[in-house]
Amino acid sequence: MIEARGLSKRFHDKKRGEIRAVDNVSFTCQPGKIYGLLGANGAGKTTTLRMLATILEPTDGTAIVYGHDVVEQPEKVRANVGFLSTATALYPRLTAQEMVEYFGRLNGLDEPTLKKRVDDIFNRLDMNRFRDRRCDKLSTGMKQKTSIARTLVHDPPVMIFDEPTTGLDVMTARTIIGFISDCRAQGKTVIFSTHIMSEVERLCDFIGIIHDGKLLAEGTLPQLRSKYAEHNLEEIIVKVVGPLQSNSEA
Amino acid sequence: MNFHNISCVYRKELTEWLRDRRTLISTVVVPLLAFPILMVGMVSLSSVLIGKAEKETHKVMILGGEDSPQVLDKLRAVQNIEIVPATDDYKHRISEKEIRAAIDIPKGFQSALDRGEEQTVKIYFYEGELRSSSGANQVEKSLKEYRDTIVSSRLSARNVPASIIKPFDVQQENVAPPEKVSGAALGGILGYMVILLSMTGAIYPAIDLTAGEKERGTMETILSSPISRLDLVLGKFFLVLSASLTTAILSIISMGTSFYVVGRSGFMPAKDAAVLQLHIGLATVLSVFLMALPLAVLFAAVLMTIALFAKTYKEAQSYLTPMTFIVVIPAVASLLPGIDLTAKLALVPILSTSLVCKEIVAGTFHWAFIMLIFLSSSVYAAAALFIAVKMFQRESVLFRS
Repeated sequence: MIEARGLSKRFHDKKRGEIRAVDNVSFTCQPGKIYGLLGANGAGKTTTLRMLATILEPTDGTAIVYGHDVVEQPEKVRANVGFLSTATALYPRLTAQEMVEYFGRLNGLDEPTLKKRVDDIFNRLDMNRFRDRRCDKLSTGMKQKTSIARTLVHDPPVMIFDEPTTGLDVMTARTIIGFISDCRAQGKTVIFSTHIMSEVERLCDFIGIIHDGKLLAEGTLPQLRSKYAEHNLEEIIVKVVGPLQSNSEA
Repeated sequence: MNFHNISCVYRKELTEWLRDRRTLISTVVVPLLAFPILMVGMVSLSSVLIGKAEKETHKVMILGGEDSPQVLDKLRAVQNIEIVPATDDYKHRISEKEIRAAIDIPKGFQSALDRGEEQTVKIYFYEGELRSSSGANQVEKSLKEYRDTIVSSRLSARNVPASIIKPFDVQQENVAPPEKVSGAALGGILGYMVILLSMTGAIYPAIDLTAGEKERGTMETILSSPISRLDLVLGKFFLVLSASLTTAILSIISMGTSFYVVGRSGFMPAKDAAVLQLHIGLATVLSVFLMALPLAVLFAAVLMTIALFAKTYKEAQSYLTPMTFIVVIPAVASLLPGIDLTAKLALVPILSTSLVCKEIVAGTFHWAFIMLIFLSSSVYAAAALFIAVKMFQRESVLFRS
């Protein structure tokens, strides 16, 4: 389970002064469910997910991930999280197998367990034909599979995806979507950010709409449709963000 | 601190490092090839230059002297000297390097000599111009020999012993064994090379493991793993340190082998070749490395810290290039004559290590200074490593945009 409690992140910019990237955000993601975080570029999605993955430390508030506090026990949180984004690249001079093994070892797996897990994952994801190929020689699809294998090697109960399909071709994006769906089926807690509405409609059990660092609306897709009297998710977002957007533009 | 994780990061970085052509070239290939190429180049060039200089004749002009045939004969007998006809623009011709020197023999020189009157022969040359100085020196040497002959004949004509004008002789006798002589000559260079190369060997890995990782987008990947930032930075640091020491060790082996081979190859005159023979034992080389170790730690930590600020490989390179000068200047300063170890200088990083290495190679062990330098360098190194760890914990540095 993930429980964000008043998560906030402020940055200092020389020109713009203090920036509130995330402002007092609270939500809960349940095991076996997918929570979709929606918002425009710069809304605060990546910063929120980075705080949950303990890559960034919250300025205020905290989050409990699989029973561990992101501020107090960041290493325990990371041991229970699989984090995947388009920014999490692979080491170009390692082979696909070495890459996955490296993260397995960092996650404390002993060698026999690691070997078994790597074999299982490589079989499941059909990666055996390129397991000894260096990551810089892999196609985009192969790279994504290797990244997935990297996040899965320690079998984490919580998965965090930050715009995992951005910039990918249809086939590779389908692999990722299928993988996220599998994670739910396995009872993992899943949170992911995107601005591709079809992915949200297809995958998410719960949706949070974030704008200017604030969580403005939350609910299941039917709940949001009913609340904002709109069927189309894009229109719902416009209605949620619209008044704020007009105010800020005025 | 988790040693399993540190070792895991180190082994992974080592694997990647051994597969990176760029860093391998700078760390292994360049130090191994630089000295043999440099030595062969130097020897070939010097033999060409020496051969050319030996064959070259200097054009020299004699002004006057028609009434003094004896001195003219002496000058004509000088080897590698070609006498050219006198002209009034001799100064201009020396400046234009058409002739190397001009000798002004005063009128009535010979008869004045016979009368025992003092005479002055002037040699015009162009100071700072190697060939002009060389021509002038040969002429001066010949004239002095001629003067000494005249003095000797005058003394014997008067039955006066030669010792009357030379009451005693002065001679210098070397008591230093050959290894100390070569140690003094090359000792400074050994310390300097170890220091410089341990820095240059660390530059590329330091960039690759910090700014390079940011640029490739793998920094976020590794930060999402459960490893602590301390273990991560230590694993990376040990790899940079290994690269730094590898470069230094390979360079010293390459330098020693090159000197040995060229010294015994017969390409050089025996006297010059003897200078190249490093009479340095393994214990001395190890002592130099031991003294340079804290400095290598300091370099690895400082280079990583600076490179971590950069967002890209190129940006990191532009930050680290000036570091070479910061290291070279104190290292070169230690080679200057007259700079000796003092308690104050022992606290100056790089300079102190370079100075103490020079002393160690020359066979002098000032234990108080050695301890002080080792301790002070270790303190600087520990401080730099501490800062590097702190920098890896700063989001503003890791995610600088």
